[in-house]
Amino acid sequence: MNEERGRDARMTHLGRIHFRVAEWFRHPHLYGMLVGYALLLGGWYLAVEVLRLPRFREMPGLTQVVHEWLSRDPTFGLSIHTPIYYSHIAASLRRIGIAFFLATAVGVPVGLLMGGSTTFREYVFPVFEVLRPIPILAWVPLAIILFPGSETPVVFLTFLASFFATALNTVLGVRSIDETLVLAARCLGASRWQVFRHVIVPGALPFIFTGLQISIGVAWFSLVAAEMVSGQFGLGYVINTSYTMVQYPTIVIGMITLGVVGTATSAAVRLVGHRWMAWRAKELAMEGR
Amino acid sequence: MIAPAISSARRGAIRIDDVVKVYDPDGARVLVVDHCSLDIAAGEICIVVGPSGCGKTTLLKSIAGFHSVTAGAITLDGRVLCGPGQSQADVGPDRVVVFQNGALFPWKTNLENVAFGPMVQKTMTRAEAYDKARQRMADAGLTGYEHAYPGQTSSGVKRRIEIVRALMNDPTVLLLDEPYRALDSLTKSVMHDALLQMYARNQVTMFFITHDLEEAILLGHKVVVMTSRPCRPKKILEVDIPHPRDPGVLGTRRYRELVRETAETVQQEARRAFELGEREG
Repeated sequence: MNEERGRDARMTHLGRIHFRVAEWFRHPHLYGMLVGYALLLGGWYLAVEVLRLPRFREMPGLTQVVHEWLSRDPTFGLSIHTPIYYSHIAASLRRIGIAFFLATAVGVPVGLLMGGSTTFREYVFPVFEVLRPIPILAWVPLAIILFPGSETPVVFLTFLASFFATALNTVLGVRSIDETLVLAARCLGASRWQVFRHVIVPGALPFIFTGLQISIGVAWFSLVAAEMVSGQFGLGYVINTSYTMVQYPTIVIGMITLGVVGTATSAAVRLVGHRWMAWRAKELAMEGR
Repeated sequence: MIAPAISSARRGAIRIDDVVKVYDPDGARVLVVDHCSLDIAAGEICIVVGPSGCGKTTLLKSIAGFHSVTAGAITLDGRVLCGPGQSQADVGPDRVVVFQNGALFPWKTNLENVAFGPMVQKTMTRAEAYDKARQRMADAGLTGYEHAYPGQTSSGVKRRIEIVRALMNDPTVLLLDEPYRALDSLTKSVMHDALLQMYARNQVTMFFITHDLEEAILLGHKVVVMTSRPCRPKKILEVDIPHPRDPGVLGTRRYRELVRETAETVQQEARRAFELGEREG
């Protein structure tokens, strides 16, 4: 009986995947996307390798980059067959992971506190307002002075941008909660803590996840900036050293890799968000979005 | 004359005793409720009508304990709910508010919403609370909506779920702030029927604000017409149609007479409110 149910579940699961894949192929989305990529890559190929426009004289061509990227024996020592390529990706991912985790672990509680407590907000928010617009690059010297080694400054800089994005969106999330929901919970007998747990936190969650998506984006942004200045591994470091050592195809490999890995991390955050907020997804679906 | 329906409920008598409420934001003293006194018997459906913005909701929130009053006192079965100097208002699960725009938690399923009261108060285990919630939803004809989220549920059903949720705590008082305002008339009549049936089961005291006079006469034991701001009862009409009622009441002559009588009083007051507004503006 149980086994049968398990098989049924697996069958429907497979069916669902099949359905999704079929949907995906039927959907104009896919073809639009393919056309978009074709335009970008075709334009690049034409400009550099066919038309040889003077502006793009130094720019590595599409075929050259792809050849280098896929080569077993790359001219500049970096391709999908070299272990060093993956150590760079791993180094960047590790920094992103640590910084993003810390930014979330600190940013969400600080944001919830700021949103929930007027006193706390009055003390902290003005400081936030002033610190937030300072570009991450301006923090680089201080970060290097403050933190030992080459690893911690990079993580700190990455953390900083993420933290602001997460905390501010969390504040917005708390402020966006309908006051009547709090009153309703209270007259149904909820304590302060229960109001916080059952109303404030889930109510702020959509904004928190928007914040996390922004946060992961700015994390990559500041990570690369930091790696270009200080750091011994990582994709930003690859791009910067390839530039100084005139290994132009490797720059583009680094950039494309950043694009792919960055998209993957954003998608992962989004996925977790959807999982956590089934109610929200269903509500949006009802509204036809 | 309406004693039989009321006598079965022993708790839930509200006394509003000479209540004054002054809002004082930025020193601009606004008198919202002016020496208002009103007695609501246990198990009575008290309908409150009056011009918009007259302070009915302020009164309701005072009974709920969301804020204190400037003078006077509100008592429930002799217990002071709010009085002057009582800064910490007493919000209790014995008085539940049903809000104008709905206040179901969108991140909880309808069943989780209904079970919320006993769950947070820990008066029941999780399983017991869910069983009771399922039972209450079934009683109200809401089977099948348990696992949907409020966002997937129609507004009429949501209002019913909200009232079921309010009654889960077995409160002595239900405070309803224009609960059916946003509904179309067809859904509204279904709601009235459901509310009357619910009332027949557990005669809970109701403080029910509305603008709909036909709704007022159909549901209420008495209808209190409030003056325009500051708020005070202008006229109290006893609705001498015996409970339990059903929509058949709508066809009777007595019902039509009472609606007309109420309408006249309300119109006078609305006109006065309008003229006052004109003069101020």
